[in-house]
Amino acid sequence: MTITLRALLGGTALCATAGIAGAQDNVTLTVATVNNGDMIRMQGLTSEFTAANPGITVEWVTLEENILRERVTTDIATQGGQYDVLTIGTYEVPIWAKQNWLVPLEFDDAYGVDDLIPAVRDALSVDGRLYAAPFYAESAMVMYRTDLAEAAGVKIPENPTWTDIMTAAKAMTDKSKEQYGICLRGKPGWGENMAFLTAMANSYGARWFDTDWKPQFDSPEWQATLTDYLTMMNEYGPPGASSNGFNENLSLFQQGKCGIWIDATVAASFVTDPEDSTVADKVGFAKFPNKDGVDNHGNWLWAWNLAIPASSDAQDAAKTFIAWATSKGYTDLVASKEGWRAAPPGTRTSLYENPEYQKEAPFAAMTLTAINAANTQKSSVQDIPYTGGQFVAIPEFQGIGTAVGQQFSAALAGQASAADALAAAQANTTREMTRAGYIK
Amino acid sequence: MARATSKNARIGWTVAAWFVALLIFFPILYTIITSLKTEQEAIAGFNLIPSFTLESYQTVQSQNNYWRPFTNSVILAVGSTLLALVVAIPAAWAMAFSPTKRTKDILMWMLSTKMMPAVAVLVPIYLIFLRTGLMDTRIGLTILLMLINLPIVVWMLYTYFREIPGEILEAARMDGASLRDEILYVLTPMAVPGIASTLLLNIILAWNEAFWTIQLTTTNAAPLSAFIASFSSPQGLFWAKLSAASTMAIAPILILGWFSQKQLVRGLTFGAVK
Repeated sequence: MTITLRALLGGTALCATAGIAGAQDNVTLTVATVNNGDMIRMQGLTSEFTAANPGITVEWVTLEENILRERVTTDIATQGGQYDVLTIGTYEVPIWAKQNWLVPLEFDDAYGVDDLIPAVRDALSVDGRLYAAPFYAESAMVMYRTDLAEAAGVKIPENPTWTDIMTAAKAMTDKSKEQYGICLRGKPGWGENMAFLTAMANSYGARWFDTDWKPQFDSPEWQATLTDYLTMMNEYGPPGASSNGFNENLSLFQQGKCGIWIDATVAASFVTDPEDSTVADKVGFAKFPNKDGVDNHGNWLWAWNLAIPASSDAQDAAKTFIAWATSKGYTDLVASKEGWRAAPPGTRTSLYENPEYQKEAPFAAMTLTAINAANTQKSSVQDIPYTGGQFVAIPEFQGIGTAVGQQFSAALAGQASAADALAAAQANTTREMTRAGYIK
Repeated sequence: MARATSKNARIGWTVAAWFVALLIFFPILYTIITSLKTEQEAIAGFNLIPSFTLESYQTVQSQNNYWRPFTNSVILAVGSTLLALVVAIPAAWAMAFSPTKRTKDILMWMLSTKMMPAVAVLVPIYLIFLRTGLMDTRIGLTILLMLINLPIVVWMLYTYFREIPGEILEAARMDGASLRDEILYVLTPMAVPGIASTLLLNIILAWNEAFWTIQLTTTNAAPLSAFIASFSSPQGLFWAKLSAASTMAIAPILILGWFSQKQLVRGLTFGAVK
């Protein structure tokens, strides 16, 4: 924000105190965001917002996810006030809210807070107060090729177990045709392979830490998780899987090279888009698998959210913008311009009740089921001291998660055994948690 | 026989030189090739034959306005370089022609400031920029980029100036030239190749700087490095678009480098053969 703008905003604040109307006149909002399709679409629709709010100008700063996180963290920590609206993930919201870095959000009745999907709303609330509004949300589910399953004579039920998945992956694999039974994330990173493996571990009954914050990689549940993951990937997965993330697997699936892909629900709209996907009309959906006897489907829940940093000096205008961008009206606007398939998914119950959306988005029902099933407040069947679904909501998790992800990715690349990778993960995490003061 | 061997050797060296040049240039070439692919082709694996689509360029231009960051890049690169030369020419002159026993230490100290990773001083510099109102301003970044590259500029100019015989400057002085005249009309023209190559190299360094220019800008002063950074996507294919944005960002500096390569090489090898 420029000095002139600060002066203007200061002036407006004074006017507001004096009870003079027009508190949002001539405000420039700086919105920091990532380059995802839904965000770019919102950027393109900004003129609709500014036309309805003539006193507000919107400037966009689009950055790579990690750079954005770094920039925003620096700015908030130094009370820089460079941004008025932030695009942040479900991981940051509770951590930053507890640090008082975010402004709590309160909306009027017209906004319809009760329409927000409860699991998402809970993930963005601390002590019952909402600190960010969800722009789009996702869980994880199974996406599979119905034609390949049929040809292989296997059936993937709506609630598959890992045994079902392994059987189907084996039957669908034909490496001579570059047809791989299963594609999963292997690229190291807390938000890459560890997002998937944490969810998979949850569904195996594992947990990251016990109630004394002691890492649990030496548990039989983690051993079973990693062993089965490596077996599936080595025997039925594509070559070079240790460098495959969301985008690489998306491309493989769209090209018809994967039988099963288990990943974020948002991928469903990409793989069923006839313009980009060669298998658009041959995709079936199922719930994230669980291990036999464990009542847990991974608890993956992620949302990209809009929040206001405490350092912003245009908080009223920022709230107006967030209320617009995350409203039901915005969803309708997107649908009217680009069709219902383009509507930002996963945030509002009303979207899933809309028959037009259900008709255009074959993945709608399963997406809603997956999101509703996610419990981020208790992601493991065992007792845990943390919240978060496919991550642990503590500030140290980015570093720890990435370090563990590197060990597991190395095991996938054949550089270490599962036992070695788990032992290294256990030692590394114990050291970091002791250093951070969690383990006394 | 001897001639044949030397001809063979020459061919061998030429081939080796071309190979090394191609190896160094290959990442840039592959970026350009990728920018002409569809997103599916770009992520599909190594392939040197694109489908020659300009789709990514159109998307990049429709999503972000190229000219604003381009203008900022030009202002920052040229501005910081000229400012650095204004400061560095007198400094290098003093060290080259009136050295003291501390000159070497000062030069080493200047170089040592380049040894610390930039991120180590991020918070203090961020706070200084905030408190002085320099955040997201071209002037703030111009000064910062000048300071970052100053040690290299001073070192390079010092090396070039040392090649110029001090007697020539003495002669000018005997003819009544003032200090200003001596630097402007005697030293500078003689060191033109060196100054030119320093200028070009510094413009390239400032143009490519991608830490401070991203950390200290939001919208007003964001140059092409920030423009490129905006095309990476965590969910959605982006390699072709990112390559198109990168090609658009490096094209001006590549063209500048191509036209000034003789000057650059001459400057960089200045004094090597006497």
